[in-house]
Amino acid sequence: MKQEIQDLDVLIIGGGPAGLAAALRLRQNGIENILIAEREKQPGGILRQCIHDGFGLTRFREMLSGPEYAERFIREAEALKIPILTNASVTEITPDRIATVVARDGLRTYRARAIILAMGCRERTRGALAIPGSRPAGVFTAGVAQAYINLYNRMPAREVVILGSGDIGMIMARRLTLEGAHVQAVFEIQPYPSGLTRNIRQCLDDFGIPLHLSHTVTKVHGERRVTGVTVQEVGDGFRPIPGTEQFYPCDTLILSVGLIPENELSLGAGVKLDPHTRGPIVNERFETSVPGIFAAGNVLHVHDLADYVSLEAEELADAVTDYVTGKDLPDCSVSVTCDKNINHVIPQTVSLRESVNLSLRVNRPLTDVKVAAVQGGDVIAKKTLKKALPAEMISLHVPKDRILPGKELEVRIL
Amino acid sequence: MRKTSERSTDSPVTVAGCPRSTDSPGTGPEFQHSTDSPGTEAGSPRSIIGPVTGAGCPRGESYFIQEITDPRRTLASSVLVTGGELPLCSVRLTEPVPIARIPDVMKEIRKMKVEAPLESGTVLIRDVLGLGSNVIATKTIRRIKDTQ
Repeated sequence: MKQEIQDLDVLIIGGGPAGLAAALRLRQNGIENILIAEREKQPGGILRQCIHDGFGLTRFREMLSGPEYAERFIREAEALKIPILTNASVTEITPDRIATVVARDGLRTYRARAIILAMGCRERTRGALAIPGSRPAGVFTAGVAQAYINLYNRMPAREVVILGSGDIGMIMARRLTLEGAHVQAVFEIQPYPSGLTRNIRQCLDDFGIPLHLSHTVTKVHGERRVTGVTVQEVGDGFRPIPGTEQFYPCDTLILSVGLIPENELSLGAGVKLDPHTRGPIVNERFETSVPGIFAAGNVLHVHDLADYVSLEAEELADAVTDYVTGKDLPDCSVSVTCDKNINHVIPQTVSLRESVNLSLRVNRPLTDVKVAAVQGGDVIAKKTLKKALPAEMISLHVPKDRILPGKELEVRIL
Repeated sequence: MRKTSERSTDSPVTVAGCPRSTDSPGTGPEFQHSTDSPGTEAGSPRSIIGPVTGAGCPRGESYFIQEITDPRRTLASSVLVTGGELPLCSVRLTEPVPIARIPDVMKEIRKMKVEAPLESGTVLIRDVLGLGSNVIATKTIRRIKDTQ
């Protein structure tokens, strides 16, 4: 079968908050020949099922639900006549930016001057945790349970145990309770919660759902359907402590145990990933290790707020605009690293030409700390924080004239 | 096995559990937990609570007083849709209501059935249970194309 190759200025993979915001900004910047490829029936990404409010506070100064937040972008995209190809799965991208797309009308091939990776992330599953026990129905990730209830009108649970204190898990604890299920408890293997404080307060405390830290599920029971789980307290190295076993009868185990940037396509194009973020290594212009391929949003690193995803995607779109219009781009020769208190920093390389906002997360809760960017022993930027939590992304502004050539820039906790 | 998330119990009362709208202090919207702000005269919530310290943001103190005198929440759920491209339309409250009334509001939302098409933002229940808050649709649902 002979295929016609269509030329694009920019192909955007994913029509969620990152892809939509990037497309709008590109069009506003005068980049006309763009396309969003979206695998679902409708654009909006995960926001379609995030019916709770709390979106848009920083961007629109209003408290919106996920679908409303998405619709603001979708309406604007429609007004600007940005083409969104729905029901379309990108199956391959190459280093020279040829993309194969399976659409409703068959296979399509695009050649783009730039590709924006905006595929978001996926949930860690039971397989990633290797919980012993049988393989019954009734083990769902929080996002799957959320889709059942909020999109498909299916109630997947009656008696529930939740493993992991991620935000979606806590939000689902509330949602399941409101829909008549009984959520017995949330168990978190870490000695601190992994989600936002407001969700502990509003999704667990309000409904009397206990959060047990330093506990994990060590066995799943049941044949056809889950009949219960064994929970144990964990000690050093997260090892379950013998003698602390407790059986919780339940029909459903919900997992909210982390999100992983979705980078199968990126890997196929030869994009190098960061072992800590599990997203692409990027320079300050959000360009990956493959020239002309850019990444922003949850595909790059998992964000805690959609508003920040949109912001990041807009910054990326400005960089992509410079790239496709042939602007002289700065050489990003300064590498960015972090000390052992910090899990990761984005971007991984910066130039001397532009100011940059570093995005980072600490890897355990800290109080009264200074986050500092240090180069050759000199503190070139710092920020004082009353508390720093792994659940909350930290942004550190580094002014351009402070960055020195040739020396590694390390982000440290002082 | 009662190791729940820690709450500070320092005296005087310390603000904990502030909603994370504090990323850009002063630039975000005010959380409207109540229309009448607690006063300072004798017998008012403020005088009962005493000094409040440890607020991490400008809104912390008023949030805290609201939270222990008259805690309010918004609510998000969904209603059944007939004739729509989706079986459900997501809904939310426009203003927070007292926590104790959330189950009652949930009951009202459950009773609802709507007909597609439906615009996001449409008021589905005005002033639900007289609580001063509307239930609005938060998704635009197109009508399903009639099959032959």
